[in-house]
Amino acid sequence: MSRFRIEIRVTPRPGILDPQGKAIHHSLHNLGWTAVDDVRVGKAIHVELDAGGADEARSAAEEMCKKLLANPVTEDFEVYQVEEA
Amino acid sequence: MKVAVLTFPGSNCDYDLYHAVKQVGGEPVWRWHRDRGLDGMDAVLLPGGFSYGDYLRAGAIARFSPILEDVVAFAESGGPVVGICNGFQILCEAGLLPGALIRNESLKFQSEDCLLRVERTDSSFTSNYETGQILRMPLAHAEGNYRADDETLASLEDEGRVLFRYVDASGEATPEGNPNGSRNNIAGILNAHGNVMGMMPHPERAMEPLLGSDDGLGVFSSLMASLAGTH
Repeated sequence: MSRFRIEIRVTPRPGILDPQGKAIHHSLHNLGWTAVDDVRVGKAIHVELDAGGADEARSAAEEMCKKLLANPVTEDFEVYQVEEA
Repeated sequence: MKVAVLTFPGSNCDYDLYHAVKQVGGEPVWRWHRDRGLDGMDAVLLPGGFSYGDYLRAGAIARFSPILEDVVAFAESGGPVVGICNGFQILCEAGLLPGALIRNESLKFQSEDCLLRVERTDSSFTSNYETGQILRMPLAHAEGNYRADDETLASLEDEGRVLFRYVDASGEATPEGNPNGSRNNIAGILNAHGNVMGMMPHPERAMEPLLGSDDGLGVFSSLMASLAGTH
């Protein structure tokens, strides 16, 4: 068993309205970053767990996303990084 | 008629629901989120509030409360289930209703009266209203923006499963009448079997003229009539 640190990214699906992204976009424009074309806001979830290997840790993380961490109606998820702690 | 009123950590409309059930002659029964069993219950109500602080997503954690397993079984056996506000969010997360409720288009927590149009009266939850009747009742939420993919939305519309729609003062489902950005101005929906209903506005807070409106009474009186088999 080894300890793994996993970073999971959950983001609003393309086409799903992202009001937070819109508000930040607007604010960046007000601050002079007029070249900013789009902003989307998601979340990063850091999980530490013990697993037999990186593949096992990754598939556990994917299961967590499907069951709880992301809502498939509105969000996409990515197990972004799996590293041994 | 025994009606279970669930309470989650962070629920805040459970007492209103309890009162509403009593007001229409039902017998409300408390069920804590860790309780098990809904035997002998005729209906189940999920209240508004902020279960588990709305952490992760509104309703996402409550959906895995022990009692929810029983709610799913109760719903699958045809028992009537109503989720209001956070209760609606929980039912969507649990997969008992399609779609999801995301942050309001305004980004604000909105606490105000809204106008609803009754779209169907042939349901267990709206039989005491008139089709097209306009109701005034409060809403209080930050995540009430109903979202579903085009296919789901089309089936809701085609199968007449939209029970309530947000409307403007003239009774039309316009952007002006839409408080949160919900697709098709959807405020309340039914599942495919017609026994599970979710809505964002609060009928249980509109039970007496003294409190500004008694337009919410019909939801509970319709449910009681349906349980008694009188409609």
